[in-house]
Amino acid sequence: MTPAGSNVGLTRATFSVFSKELRAEFRSFELLTSTIVFVLIVVFVFSFAFSPTHEDTRRFGAGFIWIALLFAGSLMLQPSFSRERPNDTLGAMVLAPIDPFAIIAGKMLANFFFLVLVEAVLLPAFSVLYDVSLLPVIGPLAGVMFLGTFGIAVVGTVFAAISAQARMRELLLPLLLLPALVPVLIASAGATAGLLADPPDLPRTWIFVLIGFDVVFLTAAWLFGGYLLEE
Amino acid sequence: MSADAKSSAGGLAAATLAVYALVCVAIYGALIWAPTEKTMGFLQRIFYFHVSSEMVGLFAFSLAFIGNIVFLTRRKLQWDWLAVASVEVGLIFSTMGTVAGSIWAKPAWGVWWVWDERLTSAFVMCVLYTSYLLLRRLVDNPERRAVISAVFGAFAFLDVPLVYFSIWWWRTQHPGPMILTGKLAPAMMPMFQLSILALTALMVLMIQQRYKLEKLRHNFEELRNESEYIQQRGAS
Repeated sequence: MTPAGSNVGLTRATFSVFSKELRAEFRSFELLTSTIVFVLIVVFVFSFAFSPTHEDTRRFGAGFIWIALLFAGSLMLQPSFSRERPNDTLGAMVLAPIDPFAIIAGKMLANFFFLVLVEAVLLPAFSVLYDVSLLPVIGPLAGVMFLGTFGIAVVGTVFAAISAQARMRELLLPLLLLPALVPVLIASAGATAGLLADPPDLPRTWIFVLIGFDVVFLTAAWLFGGYLLEE
Repeated sequence: MSADAKSSAGGLAAATLAVYALVCVAIYGALIWAPTEKTMGFLQRIFYFHVSSEMVGLFAFSLAFIGNIVFLTRRKLQWDWLAVASVEVGLIFSTMGTVAGSIWAKPAWGVWWVWDERLTSAFVMCVLYTSYLLLRRLVDNPERRAVISAVFGAFAFLDVPLVYFSIWWWRTQHPGPMILTGKLAPAMMPMFQLSILALTALMVLMIQQRYKLEKLRHNFEELRNESEYIQQRGAS
C-alpha cells in the first residue's frame, strides 16, 4: 500500500528505518544491555522464589522463559517511539515521501531483532542455571521463539506508538501490552513446555494459534498503524 | 426549562420507565415463569441473566468497534463518543455476566473460577477495555485521544470473536454452545429471548445517555478552552 506522492518502495523504506534503529542502538547498546541484565535478573529471581527441582523446571520452565521475555519486551519497546520525541525526529520521518507503515514496520523488525538478541543470551543462561538441555530441541524451539517473539514485536511496537502519545507512558505500555499478549504467552509457553517435556513433543495447536495471532495482528497493524503517526 | 427540553426530559422518563418495567418482567419471568431445569434445579435460572448480560456486552463492544472504525475513516467526533459510551456500557454488562457466571460456577463446579479458554478470553477482554478507558484519561487532546483510542479499540476488539468462538473451538469446562445448536429446551427459549430483549433495551438506553454526557463534556471542554484563550488575550 503506497500512498500517492510516495516515491520509495515499502520494502526499501522499511529497511532504511530498520537500519537507522540498529545504528542508533549500536552506538550506545543502552537498551540491549539493560534489557539483557533485566531478563537475567528475572530468571534468577524465579529460581530464588520457587527453588525448582529438575522436574519443576521441565513443567514451569517454559512459563519462566516467556514471562521474563514479556516483561523484558514491555520495558524494551517503550523507548521505540518515545525516544523520537525530544527532537521531534518522528515528525521528520513522517514528512518523508514513504508509506507511514514503513516506519512502524522498520521499528517492528528492529524490536524483533533486539528481542532475538536478548533470547540468544537468555536461553543458554536458562539452560545452564536450571540444568535443562535445549540442544536436542533447538530447531523446533527456535521456530516457537520466532513466532512468539514476532507476536510480541508486532503488538508491542504498535502499542509503544500509542503509549508514546499519552501521559504516564512508562506505566501505560505494560498495562496495554500484557493483556493483549496473553494469547502469545499461553501458546508460546504451551509449545515450549511440550518441547521441554520428556519425551519432547511439539503441540501443533499452539503453533497454529501463534501463526494466526501473528497474521491477524500484523494485518491490523498494517491497516491501522499509519493513523498513529499523524501529526 | 424550554418546551423542547421539557418534552425531551418527559420522553426520557417514559423510555426509562418502559425499559425498567421490561427488565422487571424479565427478572420475574426468569425466576418464576421459566421451567425449572431437571439437573441443576433453581440454580439454572441464573443462566437467563448471565448469558444475556454477556451477549449484550459483546453487542456493545461490537458497536464500539463500529464507532472506532467509522471515526478513523470519517473523523467525526460523534463516532468517538459512541465508541466510548459503548465500551463503558459493554464493560458493565460483561462484568455483570462474569460475576453471575462465577456465582453459578461455585455450586456447579465447586470453584468460583477456572482458567479455561472461555473464561480467560472473557477476562482478557474486560482488562483490555478497562485499559482502553484508562488510555483515554491519559491523553489530553480530544482529537489525538479519539485517534489513538480508536486504534487501540480496534486491536482490543480482536479478542471479542475469540471470546464468542472459544466454546466452539476448544473443549472448555464452560458449557458448550446451546442457543445456536438447539440444545436449549424449547420451553426455556421465550424467557431467554425476553431477557435478551430487556437487557438490549437497557444497553441502548444507557449508551444513549452516556453518549449525551460525552457530548456535554466535549462542549464544556471547548467552552473552557475558549474562555482561557479570551482571558489570556485580555491579560496580554
